[in-house]
Amino acid sequence: MDGRLNDLTSRLAEIAGTAHVITHEHQLATYASDGLLQYAVQPGVVVLPGSAGEVAAAVRACHEAELPWVARGAGSGLSGGATPVEGGVLIGLSRLRRILEVDLDNGRVLVEPGVTNIAVSQAVGPTHFYPPDPSSQIVCTIGGNVAENSGGAHCFKYGFTTNYVTGLDLVLPDGSELTLGGPEVDHPGYDLLGAFVGSEGTLGVATRIWLRVVPKPEAVRTLVAFFGSTVQAGEVVSEIVSAGIVPGAIEMMDNLSIRAAEGATGAGYPLDAGAALVVELDGSEAECETRFDQVVSMCEGAGADSVRVARDETERELIWRTRKAAFAAMGRIAPNYYVQDSVIPRTRLAEVLARIDELASEHDLRVANVFHAGDGNLHPLVCYDGANPGEAERAEELAGLIVKTCVDAGGSITGEHGVGVDKKRYMPDMFNESDLSAFQRLRCAFDPEQRANPGKVMPTPRLCGEVPGPYREHPLEQAGLAERF
Amino acid sequence: MAVSGAPATREELAQALRSAGAAGQPVRFSGGATKHQWGAAGAEDALELPTGGLDRILEHNAGDLTAVLEAGVPLARAQEAFAEEGQMLAIDPPDLGGATIGGVVATADSGPLRGRYGGVRDLVVGVRVALSDGTLAKSGGKVIKNVAGYDLAKLFAGSLGTLGAIVEVSVRLHPLQPHSATAIGHAGDADELGRALISVARAPLEHSGFDVCWADGAGSLLIRFAGAAPRPQAELAERLLREAGLGTEIEEDDEELWARQRARQRGEGSDGAVLRVSSLPTRLPALIRATEDAGGSLVGRAVLGLSWVWLPEPSREQIESLRRMLSPAPCVVLDRPQALEVDPWGPVDPALLALMRRVKEHFDPAGVCSPGVFAGGL
Repeated sequence: MDGRLNDLTSRLAEIAGTAHVITHEHQLATYASDGLLQYAVQPGVVVLPGSAGEVAAAVRACHEAELPWVARGAGSGLSGGATPVEGGVLIGLSRLRRILEVDLDNGRVLVEPGVTNIAVSQAVGPTHFYPPDPSSQIVCTIGGNVAENSGGAHCFKYGFTTNYVTGLDLVLPDGSELTLGGPEVDHPGYDLLGAFVGSEGTLGVATRIWLRVVPKPEAVRTLVAFFGSTVQAGEVVSEIVSAGIVPGAIEMMDNLSIRAAEGATGAGYPLDAGAALVVELDGSEAECETRFDQVVSMCEGAGADSVRVARDETERELIWRTRKAAFAAMGRIAPNYYVQDSVIPRTRLAEVLARIDELASEHDLRVANVFHAGDGNLHPLVCYDGANPGEAERAEELAGLIVKTCVDAGGSITGEHGVGVDKKRYMPDMFNESDLSAFQRLRCAFDPEQRANPGKVMPTPRLCGEVPGPYREHPLEQAGLAERF
Repeated sequence: MAVSGAPATREELAQALRSAGAAGQPVRFSGGATKHQWGAAGAEDALELPTGGLDRILEHNAGDLTAVLEAGVPLARAQEAFAEEGQMLAIDPPDLGGATIGGVVATADSGPLRGRYGGVRDLVVGVRVALSDGTLAKSGGKVIKNVAGYDLAKLFAGSLGTLGAIVEVSVRLHPLQPHSATAIGHAGDADELGRALISVARAPLEHSGFDVCWADGAGSLLIRFAGAAPRPQAELAERLLREAGLGTEIEEDDEELWARQRARQRGEGSDGAVLRVSSLPTRLPALIRATEDAGGSLVGRAVLGLSWVWLPEPSREQIESLRRMLSPAPCVVLDRPQALEVDPWGPVDPALLALMRRVKEHFDPAGVCSPGVFAGGL
């Protein structure tokens, strides 16, 4: 351990107490990766502050020691966003897990960042709920959700984390504290709150967060329909959307995912089905009844092999458990998998899936598909066996080509998992140098020394103070052959 | 104020902005010029840069419920195009005629649909901007779900052109709903109205609008439902209002009602002032009393806690006293008579102002984009 880190470690022990500073090699290893195990970096020291004041003091100490730091919630992120910096500080927020205020009259909750996503809904139930529901909601924290702008199965109708955060207390990378927004909406000034949510820990760390919660809908109706192919199921999605129906959730699984998930939950899904489509409508009783019947006939009209309607909460819960099990259950299909999070305009679904199939056979690998069909967020799971020489590399290459296919179709490299370290190399596929320089302007306003979560999001390191040149149109764009937006 | 020739492309606009930046010439971007009085008075010698030449609807992807618009597209024209496919952009601010999408985003203006669908910040999924060093940059994309890169669309929403020019906007659309019904409750007592508001706000209802209005000692709550079968929820809301002691009715032919709510956000004459107050539902009775004491009236999004207070004979003292009474709720003065000398933004926390200043300096390095117009004198 070098001298600077040594001194900082002593300072952190003064701030948070010796019991909350971790320096033992084997304990540090616990923090080397987040949910994306491909990336592992041992931090120099881990500190677990017990209050907002201790977080600010820890960040200030890093600033004074001129050492980088990374904030971490539950470490369940899937883009390596909480991967530590070698020889740097990891600030774990797991001890800040108090729900400070529940105000149902105003639909507001004030929480610390270490509170889990599910705990918010539990705190406001049974009448209210917190809509963003990432699959990891049992463990993932609100602080991490804010950093990643997390979504979930219900965000097609209800929106993302950013639509539910009205204010937060923030520690800037120099250790100073300020408040963005509050329980009220529309505070005067730049919407720095909107810029902060989803900034992946690169602009500072939130220590208290105001969230909006909403009354639970009067009725929920859920079905799962099985089709011969994803194309067929995709057509039903289009039909639902063009009928002006906005389902609470609309999710699709392909054959490989169905088989994996069925193995995990034994829900009785047909193993030969080409696609399973989960549709959930919620809202008013009358609205749900009318629309649900429409959805059932659309599924049947499109040639669904069978349509299963959940008759009670237990059956509904099974449908969701099976859907959410798909990732974890993939271990039954392949020893390793590589998950992607690309988004496409939903209408391009059939052609993109066909292209993914082509790419998969070219690479002699299998790709399972689970996706949020309403908003076009795909989660292709590239299956491989790391024990076979060269297969991991082939899987990574295939995953990259899938991302490019989605961007070329007018989509995005990530819908909800974040860029982190894992997808930063794809950023230039989506953004040109001028776009990236505009991002860097925001970064430099918040963190001129770039000590908050360095090495994430941006594809190449760049300094603050560099004056970016003006954007010049690429010859392909001039010729109308390529469009960057 | 001098007016520049209208740029016809985003590159021309960026070039004009770069020239102004190089010359240290302050500029002000202009769409429909329907909200130019918002914000503090800017530089007197500012050059007006119109976006009217950028008026193409670049994409309307009906199947994907998205659209890409140039900044100068009038919102009303875009809505007509979307309506042909049974869709809408769920942003419905009062439109005095000619409000452009760029201007609506730059002012983050909103209307009654905000409660259900969110505001500008929630519906803009991508933005392309021109900066004072000539840079053209984009953030976001044209899909409704995307977390790649920083969300600069939110940063520019409501920035009143002080960071740069918005030249292109990607938006998420929603289906138009076939039927609507509005439950209305009337009361002459602010506390009674406040109790009714909370009772309905906590109920499992999916409203597409939830407004309040108050004038001359009496007020109403308006709760709108839209969809295939909105009537039952309107009846449930009406029952809750009645149980809270309000006189009630249900209106199914409710377009006019909501048009009036929208229009009242802009006040009722050029001598008065409009204050936008960001508060919370439980503070509504206090806000109503403060408004009455000042001889004013109000209209607002009851469940969002966002109100527009109309003061017919405004003075600086009156506005400052309202700010003190309503603290910590921020009060921003929007439309007002030119002669009224008041800081339209109110006080800004020094630490926040320092950060906002750094943001302004990085995005507008030449310091020419509507200097002085924004909160804290930025």
